[in-house]
Amino acid sequence: MLRLPKFRYLQPKSVAEAVRMVSDGGPDALFVAGGTDLYPNMKRRQQVPKVVIGLAQLKQLRTTKGKPAQGMVLGAGLTLTEVAEDRRIQHAYPVVSKAAELISTPLLRNMGSIGGNLLLDTRCNYYDQNYEWRKGINFCMKKDGQICWVAPSSPRCWAVQSSDSAPVMVAIGAQVKLISSSGERLLPVAELYNDDGIHHLNKRPDELLTEIHLPPTNGWRATYWKLRRRGSFDFPVLGVATCLRLTGDGTVEHAKIVLGGIGSCPIEATLSEKAIIGKRLTEETVHDAAEAAYSPVKPLDNTDFATYWRKHMARYYVACTLRELGGLPQGLPHPETENSVPALRVFSSGPFS
Amino acid sequence: MGGANGAERKDLRVIGKPHRKVDAASKVTGQTKYADDLVLPRMLYTKILRSTVPHGRILKLDTSKAESHPGVKLVLLGKDLPIPYGALPVSEDEHPLAIGKVRMMGDPVAAVAAVDEDVATEALDLIDVEYELLPAISSIQAALDTPEPRIHEYGEYGNIHRRQAYEFGDVEVGFAEADFIREDVTFYEGSTHLALEQHASVAQFGHDGKLTLWTCTQDPHYLHRSLAKVLGLPQNHVRVIATTNGGGFGGKCDPFAHEIIVSKLAMMTGRPVKICLTREEVFYCHRGRHPVLMSTKTGFKKDGTITAMHHRTFLDGGAYGGHGVASTFYTGVLQPTTYKIKRYKFEAVRVFTNKAPCGPKRGHGTPQPRFAQEIQMDKIAEQLGLDPAEMRKKHLIPPNSLTVNWLRVGTMGLGKCIDKVVEGSNWKERFRKLPYGKGIGLACSGYMTGAGTPIYWNSMPHSGVQLKLDRSGGATVFCGSAEIGQGSDSILAYIVAEVLGIDPFDIRVVTADTDLTPVDLGSYSSRVTLMTGNAAIQAAERAKGMLIQAVSAKLEVPADRLVFADRRVFDSENPEKGVTFVEAVWLAEAKFGTLGTVGSYKPAPAPGKFKGSGVGPSPAYSYTAAVAEVEVNPETGIVVVPRVWIAHDIGQCINPVLVMGQIEGSVYMGLGEALMEEMTYRGNRNVVHKFPSFLEYKSPTTMEMCDVITYLIEDQDSNGPFGAKEAGQGPQLPVAPAIANAIYDAVGVRIDEVPITPDKVLKAIRAKAKGQEGRYGPTVFPRCDMPASIFVPTPEEGGDGKAVERQPVLA
Ligand SMILES: Cc1cc2nc3c(=O)[nH]c(=O)nc-3n(C[C@H](O)[C@H](O)[C@H](O)COP(=O)(O)OP(=O)(O)OC[C@H]3O[C@@H](n4cnc5c(N)ncnc54)[C@H](O)[C@@H]3O)c2cc1C
Ligand code: SF4
Repeated sequence: MLRLPKFRYLQPKSVAEAVRMVSDGGPDALFVAGGTDLYPNMKRRQQVPKVVIGLAQLKQLRTTKGKPAQGMVLGAGLTLTEVAEDRRIQHAYPVVSKAAELISTPLLRNMGSIGGNLLLDTRCNYYDQNYEWRKGINFCMKKDGQICWVAPSSPRCWAVQSSDSAPVMVAIGAQVKLISSSGERLLPVAELYNDDGIHHLNKRPDELLTEIHLPPTNGWRATYWKLRRRGSFDFPVLGVATCLRLTGDGTVEHAKIVLGGIGSCPIEATLSEKAIIGKRLTEETVHDAAEAAYSPVKPLDNTDFATYWRKHMARYYVACTLRELGGLPQGLPHPETENSVPALRVFSSGPFS
Repeated sequence: MGGANGAERKDLRVIGKPHRKVDAASKVTGQTKYADDLVLPRMLYTKILRSTVPHGRILKLDTSKAESHPGVKLVLLGKDLPIPYGALPVSEDEHPLAIGKVRMMGDPVAAVAAVDEDVATEALDLIDVEYELLPAISSIQAALDTPEPRIHEYGEYGNIHRRQAYEFGDVEVGFAEADFIREDVTFYEGSTHLALEQHASVAQFGHDGKLTLWTCTQDPHYLHRSLAKVLGLPQNHVRVIATTNGGGFGGKCDPFAHEIIVSKLAMMTGRPVKICLTREEVFYCHRGRHPVLMSTKTGFKKDGTITAMHHRTFLDGGAYGGHGVASTFYTGVLQPTTYKIKRYKFEAVRVFTNKAPCGPKRGHGTPQPRFAQEIQMDKIAEQLGLDPAEMRKKHLIPPNSLTVNWLRVGTMGLGKCIDKVVEGSNWKERFRKLPYGKGIGLACSGYMTGAGTPIYWNSMPHSGVQLKLDRSGGATVFCGSAEIGQGSDSILAYIVAEVLGIDPFDIRVVTADTDLTPVDLGSYSSRVTLMTGNAAIQAAERAKGMLIQAVSAKLEVPADRLVFADRRVFDSENPEKGVTFVEAVWLAEAKFGTLGTVGSYKPAPAPGKFKGSGVGPSPAYSYTAAVAEVEVNPETGIVVVPRVWIAHDIGQCINPVLVMGQIEGSVYMGLGEALMEEMTYRGNRNVVHKFPSFLEYKSPTTMEMCDVITYLIEDQDSNGPFGAKEAGQGPQLPVAPAIANAIYDAVGVRIDEVPITPDKVLKAIRAKAKGQEGRYGPTVFPRCDMPASIFVPTPEEGGDGKAVERQPVLA
């Protein structure tokens, strides 16, 4: 079986102690919350911290504060189950609880945290492999090797940002609070990510993520559609988070359409947004927005599914999110029949669920 | 055996009832010990260093640093185990550790025994290996195009492992009789077993010079032979104990390198040695479904009569022989068991590639050709404007007949199976009548209940049972069969309980221990219930005979009036008059001495007498029909299977719940192969396996599993115990083609290969929308020189089952 490498485990009693421990530990120290990302990575020797600082016992990270009207604040240590099942979140931020509920499996959601989810390592079929397997291709740029197997002539790593909550938080304009021994800062989630599979986080290793600040609920509505092979377990190979504010007559006055699981960071589909801003959502405008999502999406062969199909699905999913938010029926009338074709069971929970 | 094997019994008390499995409680409470649960004092742990290149010569192998690493006891190399082995005597092409050459990524190169797994793992990195890279082959076409370098020095030529060509009756005559001829090229991707339990073994070498190996194997007997051979030990000094398998599905049939390695290490270190493979290593052991490219040319008349079929297959065998020669036969030999085919030609080629070796997975070699045939039947029906269910029913192989290729079919319930699923699915109202995007499809199959011949030639029984009765009234059944979750231990208890009139839970079952139990060939080819069952009936009947004599003398009741039931032996005409079962045993032991009987079973000789006729014959064939319902999203190509109706001709259920479990499990596995499972490699990246993990090798979860509506058709077969036939493999066969046929019904496109992924469906839908052929699948079939066919006149033509020199067809 696969075993964890040896490491020292520290359990801080407060945020301050956690921050101190990590700065003492230097580059060899890492935080762990649920461990559902870090421990598998350690077993595969993708990450080999000498010191692991456990956050699960920190009560401060497990609180929910504030009112929706001013914006709620979620502790980074809340488990995904807690986020998915919290009545207030379900009510005020259904897109957040929905995204949390679509992550992995019930058992993993009981362990995995929302903060850990935002900080999830990027993923790639050449990287998320055992040490022995990676040795067989002489490793890759992201860990222990020289080149990128996905794009061998490329100077960078294209590992995929695969968190379900990341595109949602970017789309709704959430912020994160980062604390280190040198102070604290509040950062828009959109700025947390870099378009680089290795340096994918705009965060220093010694910074502790403590809070996620959700925006005030002032009339926007959002949804998230996740594409994956199976109805449970699987990471997204495409996630579309769409956040809109409509005027009284249905005109789109604000739009954020963010694609996850398709590049090294959440990708904003600005052309799609442009296609609908100032217009009402009709089959035509939805179509235009969906078409505009096609070209920015450049999936590479390092996740599940054929790349051209994932690209196609970006168009389809953008349309689905807009139809959902615009109250339009899903599915197009088919020329061969008079009936409209139902979009079969692909509603946000994955194609096969 | 003879007769109806207990089938004449009317009031069955145990057989056919949904009893609990004898091992159920210990499994659900965690008491069952799997191989990895075993811990022995002073035990060492092993890790295997594996090849990091797909094909190469070993130039340098320096283990000195690893040997001196603290905690390392021994480093084992290929030269320590020079004798080759393999599942089949015709292709013993494996060594436990590479000798001079590696043939795939993951090939074992060296093994370290150390005080714990961490130390053994550390030592692997201290072994210095240098390879000279050889060109690697990763596809059927590449194997045909690349005769040099050869992956193995044996085989036909180049990288062709095996060619087989058979012709039963002159197919050209058959094609000339046809109204129509169509040829379809199809592809069935490889897939793996994905048993939950990763392979594990523990070996111990005693001071008496005897070796014991605990291991999760499906075939302890064959492993026993291979171990003795490779280790150079007398067979009677080797003991194999098959621990309960946490799933097998064919993946634990071959003798494996790690089993031999721990044995050798135990011999050399004098300490018990254990190994438990990682999931990635299990993917390298593989022996799963062969990727098969097929061409099926069929001549048929307006009413669907098949006048001739020429079926050709190419198998991507991977790096070793394994069971591959048998798999090659199975890509053709069972085609004629369902519908009448007047003349049949079958040509098959297995190639070597630098990938994990393929072998037996549920259905062994037959789901692929069944897929080809059943989707072609759907196309033929469409072409002829016939209902595919009706058309199939019209041309069924009759019961008690010989197929064109000399297989003897006994009971044949496929017609009834078709009726059941047609009725259950409301087929007549729905086929071709559902709205666009929804569809239903039908497919059928036939499968063997046990191979008629053993893997190595011998004329001994295929299964043996010993039965011991003791003064406590206890009965212990000893049998070599291996419990892999299918319920083989329970079957023995049910059958002995039925014959002796006691409770199945009164019986102790001792299985799969080559020292203690008589040989059973193993848990493969759906043979276990039929063969161990018949052997158990014989042993139990013999014991019963002794009890009858003793009780009859004591009670002065004629032997033929004695009944065994409710733990009593009594007079059928005066049920009050009787003795308890314990008393009966006492009386018999007093009369005959210590009580023990044996039973054994061997299938009747097959009617075919040509070279190669040993593959295909079986004591009985099971039949299955399935209707799948699908929903296809034409905008995405995503296919959902909400429901499958499946009817299985089981002969007689020994336990209906276990039969249903096998059928539902088969549907599950068929669904996975139909929609998502694939063993894929990156040919341009050192032929690495794309995703040897449970997360990224996609297999359905409970969320994808469809509803299954099962119908059991019981028509007792005189060769089966109480009339039973198999359930473990046959029901998988129709699932994938039924889904493919349903997709055509839903959106009018043909997907002629599995897995049927959404991108393929979408491509076909788009092609159709553009006015092109609405199809996705292979378009070319490679060329390969074939030897002249072994020509066998058909039974209908008055043949005698022997091959003949082919008479040239008159011009
Ligand atoms: C089988 C499987 C399926 C999965 N499927 C999905 C999926 O569908 N979608 C998805 O998004 N994820 C998925 N995941 C990934 C993972 O389970 C989730 O992302 C989870 O939310 C991670 O949270 P965690 O608390 O377990 O993170 P951890 O493993 O504890 O940490 C992850 C990373 O974040 C750092 N970290 C954690 N908390 C903090 C903090 N407060 N401050 C600073 N650094 C921190 C850690 O150092 C580590 O680098 C899956 C994982 C598995 C094993
Ligand atoms: S994208 Fe390239 S560098 Fe990055 S993990 Fe994958 S193979 Fe490695």
